[in-house]
This record gives sequence, C-alpha cells and structure tokens, in this order.
Amino acid sequence: MTQIVETRRELALDCFLLAGKIMMESGAETYRIEDTMIRMAASQKMMDCHCFITPTGIMFSPSDELATRFVRINNRRTDLEQVALVNAVSRKLVAGELTLQQAYEEMQRIDQNDYMFPLQLQVLAAAMASGCFLILLGGGWADLPFAFLIGGTAFYIVEMILEKTRVKFFAEFIGALAIGASASLVIYAGLGQDLDTIMIGSVMPLVPGLLITNAVRDLMAGHFVSGLSKGAEAFLTAFAIGAGIALVLSF
Amino acid sequence: MNWPLEAFLSFLAAGAFGVVFNAPRRTLISCGLVGMSGWLIYRAYFLAFDDSVQATFAGAFAVALVAHILAKKFKMPMIVFSVAGIIPLVPGSKAYNAMRNIVENNYLEAMAFAADALMVSGAIAMGLVFAEVLMQMVFKRQAKRIQKKIGMTQN
Repeated sequence: MTQIVETRRELALDCFLLAGKIMMESGAETYRIEDTMIRMAASQKMMDCHCFITPTGIMFSPSDELATRFVRINNRRTDLEQVALVNAVSRKLVAGELTLQQAYEEMQRIDQNDYMFPLQLQVLAAAMASGCFLILLGGGWADLPFAFLIGGTAFYIVEMILEKTRVKFFAEFIGALAIGASASLVIYAGLGQDLDTIMIGSVMPLVPGLLITNAVRDLMAGHFVSGLSKGAEAFLTAFAIGAGIALVLSF
Repeated sequence: MNWPLEAFLSFLAAGAFGVVFNAPRRTLISCGLVGMSGWLIYRAYFLAFDDSVQATFAGAFAVALVAHILAKKFKMPMIVFSVAGIIPLVPGSKAYNAMRNIVENNYLEAMAFAADALMVSGAIAMGLVFAEVLMQMVFKRQAKRIQKKIGMTQN
C-alpha cells in the first residue's frame, strides 16, 4: 500500500515539474507557473509545497518526507499555445476531470509535439507586421513593399542564425545589421523615400515584447530574480538591435 | 488622420504578432482586437492632449483591461492576449532616433530621445500594473469563492 502511494507521489512530482518546465520554456510569467504548480499540488492533497522558479531552473520541494526536485531549463522561446494548453490541462486536473496519470500523459504529448506555425507563415506574418507599422508610424505608401520585404527577410535571417548558432543576441544583431544595410541600399538606389520609417517598421518584429511585459509583471509580483534576469535579457536584445542599426548608420 | 485605416492596420499588425508568438489559432482575432483597442486609445489620447507618455499609459491600460476580460472569457492566461497588443505601443521610433543621434555625435538630442523612450516604456509598465491591480480588486471576491471550492487555502 505504501509503495503505491509512493509511486503516485513520484508521478505527481514528475507531472508538476514537467508542467513548470514546459511553461517556462514557452515564455509564461513566473508567478503563473508557481501558481499552477502549487494549485496542482493542492489538488493532489500535497499541502505545504514550496517552489522556486528562475528562468533557468525550477526547484520544487513537496513536503518533509519527499526529496526536493530540480529541473534545468535550457532554451526558451515564445510559444503561447503551449502555455495555454498546459494551463488547460492543469485546470482540468484541479477540477478533477483528469486523473494524475492522464494529466501526465497529456503533458508529455504537449512537450513532444511542435505547435509552432510553419516558418513560412511566421515570416509572412512578420513581413505583414512590418508593413503595417510602416504606415502606422507615418511612412509613405511607396515604401510599403520595401518594409514588407526587409522585415520578412530579417525575421527569416534571425530564425536561421538562431537555429545554427543558438546565440540569440548574435542572431538579432545580424538581423538588425541586415535591415540597416538593405534599407540604406534601397534609399541609395533611389527606390525608397524615408530611411527612418523603413528601418523602424522592419525592426518591429524583432522587438522583445514578451520579455518586457513578463519582466514587469514578475517584478510587480515580487519575483525579483526572474524579473531582473528577464529585464536583462530584454535590455540585451534591445541593445543588440540598436547596435546593428547604429553600425549601419555610422557609415 | 484616417481612423478606419489605422484601426485595420493595427488589427492586422497585432494579429500578425499573434502568429509570430504562436498564439492559439482561435485567439488570433482577439489578439488583433486587443492591439487595435490599445492603438486607437493611444492615438485618440495623443491627438487630444498631445502627451505621448500619458497616451501610452492609457493605451497600455486599455490593452491590459481588454486582455484580462478576454482571458476570463477564453479561460486562458492573460499573457496570450496582452503580448501582441503591447507591441504597437513600444517606443521604437524614439529609441531609433536616440541611437541615430548617438551615432551622429548629437549627444544632447540623443539624451532627450532616450529619456523620452524610457518614460514611455515606464508608462507601458505602469499601465499594465494599474489595470492588473484594478482587475484583481474586481475579481477578488470571485477568485476567493473558487479557491474555497477547490479547497485551497489563501496564502
């Protein structure tokens, strides 16, 4: 009897940690991850749990008898669909619609599947966003095709370099450099009209929007470690983009 | 200013950002609506009072408010809706001008632009936080009831 209870508890721990890992890897806020894990634990009659979450690792201490567990988080990206899916599973577990085993299997399925939109669609979306921002920021209609093309290409370049090198800041720097160089070329060739708006519009898809909002919300919720580290990541990203643009402008 | 065009473009831009951030497919239109409401309120305030910091605050407040309501409706985390909506408010052109003036050795002007960009970023943050606090106060009673139902202690 005690053996069964023990394996069940191990399963519960695996389930909570997997949920936390998926959420952090897809870019959820720290306080939401903590809340989700504690709620799931409470639904499994595990009171008095503690978890400590940073962007690079999650510690979860269930109670006095069980050992503390730790998972390392290696790469983070923005995948809001996974956040929503894990959230739905945890809601169902807490409401009692799923058993622990079912919830764990569901989490594993979410972890293994790839829910991202196809890359072509993402590039198209980035290009569209660039074009929209060009007009919203007061650019002329004549510049629209250039912002569309440059924005899409830069997003594609960043994704490709990210896949090859795994160094985020380098990829963003090169992307911004490509934007600056091609926008300048378009202007020198006499095709475009306003260098500034083309550049700003094309740079928009690279802006670290998720990091900025998350950093603020984490800081406000009192998670200073993750708030500051996400803020540092956002700042470095902004700095990489700015340096790429500045390098082109200085010639 | 062309209101329908701006509404359409901001809707499209925020929806496109939903795709880039891989928001769930059935929320893409809602993401666009969040972005549109944020941008339109920002523009209306800016045209009326000519203060970009206050206008950004109003826009971010609207974004967080609408995102909260949609999050309750869809039973999804609020972040799904708010992230794409915040992007149009980010002070991209101010940061760009600051960077440009630094490169051209106009440090005084660069400082002015950088300070402005910083203030606008702060306004985005404050708008998000204010809306959050407001919604927490509104939903506190409801949340307490749910917590009691699932047997969770308030801590």
